[in-house]
Amino acid sequence: MLDKVTKQKLVVIGNGMAGIRTVEALLERAPDLYDITVFGSEPYGNYNRILLSPVLAGEKTVDDIMLNTVDWYEDNNITLRKGETINMIDRRTCEVVTEAGERVPYDRLLIATGSNPIMLPLPGKDLPGVIGFRDIYDVDRMIKASTDYRNAVVIGGGLLGLEAANGLMKRGMNVTVVHLLDTLMERQLDPVAGGLLRKSLEERGMVFKMPAQTQAILGEDRVTGVRFGDGTELAADLVVMAVGIRPNFELAKKAGLYCERGVVVSDTMQTYDGRIYAVGECVQHRRQTYGLVAPLFDQAKVCANHLAMKGFATYDGSVTSTKLKVTGIDLFSAGDFAPGPDKEEIVLQDANRGVYKRIILKDKKIVGAVLYGDTIDGPWYFQHLRDGTDVSHMRERLVFGAANLGDGGVSGQNSVAAMSDETEICGCNGVCKGAIVKAISEKKLFTLDDVRAHTKASSSCGSCTGLVEQVLAFTLGGDYSAAPKVKPLCKCTDHSHDDVRRVIVEQQLKTIPAVMRFMEWKTLNGCHSCRPALNYYLLATWPGEYRDDQQSRFINERVHANIQKDGTYSVVPRMWGGVTTPSELRAIADVAEKFNIPTVKVTGGQRIDLLGVKKEDLPAVWADLNDAGMVSGHAYAKGLRTVKTCVGSEWCRFGTQDSTGLGVKLEKFMWGSWTPAKVKLGVSGCPRNCAEATCKDVGVVCVDSGYEIHFAGAAGLHIKGTEFLTKVETEDETLEVIVALTQLYREEGWYLERMYKWCDRVGLEQIRKRVVDDVANRKALFGRFAHSQQFAQTDPWAERASRGVDRNEFAPLAELELA
Amino acid sequence: MTSWIEIGALDDIPRLGSRVVRTPGGNIAVFRTESDEVFALDDRCPHKGGPLSQGIVHNKRVTCPLHNFVIELASGQAVAPDEGCTHTHPAKVENGIVWLSVRQAAAVS
Ligand SMILES: Cc1cc2nc3c(=O)[nH]c(=O)nc-3n(C[C@H](O)[C@H](O)[C@H](O)COP(=O)(O)OP(=O)(O)OC[C@H]3O[C@@H](n4cnc5c(N)ncnc54)[C@H](O)[C@@H]3O)c2cc1C
Ligand code: SF4
Ligand code: SF4
Ligand code: FES
Repeated sequence: MLDKVTKQKLVVIGNGMAGIRTVEALLERAPDLYDITVFGSEPYGNYNRILLSPVLAGEKTVDDIMLNTVDWYEDNNITLRKGETINMIDRRTCEVVTEAGERVPYDRLLIATGSNPIMLPLPGKDLPGVIGFRDIYDVDRMIKASTDYRNAVVIGGGLLGLEAANGLMKRGMNVTVVHLLDTLMERQLDPVAGGLLRKSLEERGMVFKMPAQTQAILGEDRVTGVRFGDGTELAADLVVMAVGIRPNFELAKKAGLYCERGVVVSDTMQTYDGRIYAVGECVQHRRQTYGLVAPLFDQAKVCANHLAMKGFATYDGSVTSTKLKVTGIDLFSAGDFAPGPDKEEIVLQDANRGVYKRIILKDKKIVGAVLYGDTIDGPWYFQHLRDGTDVSHMRERLVFGAANLGDGGVSGQNSVAAMSDETEICGCNGVCKGAIVKAISEKKLFTLDDVRAHTKASSSCGSCTGLVEQVLAFTLGGDYSAAPKVKPLCKCTDHSHDDVRRVIVEQQLKTIPAVMRFMEWKTLNGCHSCRPALNYYLLATWPGEYRDDQQSRFINERVHANIQKDGTYSVVPRMWGGVTTPSELRAIADVAEKFNIPTVKVTGGQRIDLLGVKKEDLPAVWADLNDAGMVSGHAYAKGLRTVKTCVGSEWCRFGTQDSTGLGVKLEKFMWGSWTPAKVKLGVSGCPRNCAEATCKDVGVVCVDSGYEIHFAGAAGLHIKGTEFLTKVETEDETLEVIVALTQLYREEGWYLERMYKWCDRVGLEQIRKRVVDDVANRKALFGRFAHSQQFAQTDPWAERASRGVDRNEFAPLAELELA
Repeated sequence: MTSWIEIGALDDIPRLGSRVVRTPGGNIAVFRTESDEVFALDDRCPHKGGPLSQGIVHNKRVTCPLHNFVIELASGQAVAPDEGCTHTHPAKVENGIVWLSVRQAAAVS
């Protein structure tokens, strides 16, 4: 541990959103590394600047938007010097100089000075009553003006200007918005959406003068009016300039740091002086400056990592999305939506409902989206945009949103704003809207991860993620909950699933510790999320070579049974294709009686479940089942589970092929294989589809002329019909295609990503190309699967029942009789 | 006074794993970390009583297999934001032998 004397000194200039987010992230990673001092010009703790708009509109108070109170700084041993401005950075002596002339030394310096509103250089711009919209001070002045005066002019029809205008209108002023161009929010909206927005704001009483150029601000002791380029004048007692922001980098520039439109920083958020970091709106990174918090928070994370000396992460820039925070108006915009020759557009306009949606595609991917009136799918489009998902397979239905694709379980009609507090948002953990809203406001939560950690909402299946994001956006007012562009595998690392899989192969990493070491894991042994993932990746990459790490397996896969809520287990023997025999049934009955198994139940996968088995009985139960010829059904595995079949041509008068026989063949070939998530198959003997093959991970529908192969269906938390992959003529080809498909999924799927999610991400066409069209590749995939099956097809029950594998697992270490 | 009871060999507990000790007062889970430290806790998650011995062990923590509460092995405390605490018992290793001292719940709470 470093004590106070030897600790390095970190000085932060700017007590705003980006600076303090960096400090928070740094404390998480290295709580004791630095002695931290924060200088802030404003006389407050750190507050949520975004929410100044609702404060102005009277929907929130200043207290509501405090993020870090003065106590927080104290509790974390941070010296907060609020109300103090830094005037100079002396890089020679490594000191900053305050307004009062005091010199404060630093070892590392963080510049987070944000930006200033641009005040147009017009005559009269310095008159009392002319203000920008940036901080609490500005808001106080606007609120004061609204009680004393009547007429306000807002210059600038962008996000900030419209939020200011809306707030002032709510406070009873007559507001005119002056805009240079003829589209409102032209950087986020296309002309159609801009027009819709204008119309609904006009209906609320806002007046627009556009296109119009302001020429002068009139008045003697205080502003009295505005004059325009065309000579007309407008009376005004308050003029708000909201024409843009200018990164605040004077201080850095004076210190000789290289600046262009902002302080120029590297991918690790360092300026040209390696001791000096910069984050936030004052920064220019790869020629970009940002004016929204999501990218700034990404920067903060990277910067904190580097400051904590865990410097593996880099900042690669961000894609941003915007929402207008005017209550009652739903507007969402993300990405690039300028028309271009290589772009396609999908437009939906429903004048009656006041809905307009425009999705812009390039190379089969979403590159931009503008939504007006119905924005519930905003985060969903944005997610696909950031992930670069191939959306060609859902192109026709794309514009109708996630609900119509059966994706995400989010209903487009169900706006979260309209939901009651009791509405259940997360079915898995039974969390209702009220609880989430309460946690967000009371515990000052910002991100999806925060909400997950505090409420458990969306922490399980994730199907409610979209909704939780909506609740976040709705509660916070701003859209800055966006997750980082590439999702890290888990909190122990910044690397994504894809990165990890790639590096395992490239670097020939063959153990979990080796992966963690090479990829600079942030935790000692990882956690319950990453260890099973790494174990699977290694197993799938190095069959026969990698030794399965039992301690990195979830309990069900470690003991080859399913844990139940009371700590007992359930046991499901395999029934090939759902077919059984009298002697198997007799053995099951005997086992149930012999071990007092309380519940015997038929499962949805056509087999029998023995529930309530005590852990120490498991080996004996298995031994008896093994004796009757039965093996593990892997009902607990992220692996091949069941192959559901109908009786097909053997019995059914409609049957076209031997669906049962084919199902058994598939199951015998594929059992024992581990996959990213569970895999269930179905084989139906004719299109009547009694085996429900078209909602399975892989389904076969037999027809007179052959076999139709479908995949990527789901019938659990999500309901989704399968996609048609191809049609083949023989059973052998069917087997080959399905095995190759599964192998591709094993090689590319992210751990816990079901096949349909994988297909969504990678794209149906891509998969078809490699599994169906490219025959050589198909055969290679098949070969790799077959190779790995050599090592996988040992019955785990037999190993444990009669060969003593993991004997310790099932017996207590000791039995004590205490006095 | 602490009375130590010998419960078995360290090698009988897998690294980053756990074994159960039966007692009349319920099971006690004995964990072994990567660096061969041992910890003993009641085998009951503070959430809904899940068997902690069946969880994944990482560093000096275990994740409950039922709903992923993460519990500190040393203190029995749930890691924030989760709340709750599981009863701990002193445990030590000497010459490869694991010793346990069972603390009666009543004496502590
Ligand atoms: C009204 C409004 C609405 C917004 N709405 C949204 C939205 O919906 N979504 C969104 O993503 N973003 C929104 N933003 C933008 C967002 O608030 C900013 O991107 C973010 O606050 C920038 O963070 P920062 O830390 O870079 O700067 P700031 O938060 O501005 O912090 C900089 C701080 O440094 C201080 N400072 C500057 N120079 C010195 C000095 N020399 N010495 C000491 N202190 C100094 C400043 O006083 C300030 O407190 C909005 C902004 C405003 C004003
Ligand atoms: S799917 Fe067709 S072949 Fe199979 S049982 Fe139903 S009707 Fe008969
Ligand atoms: S068995 Fe499945 S559907 Fe039923 S309660 Fe458990 S998780 Fe839910
Ligand atoms: S019982 Fe342990 S997390 Fe629920």
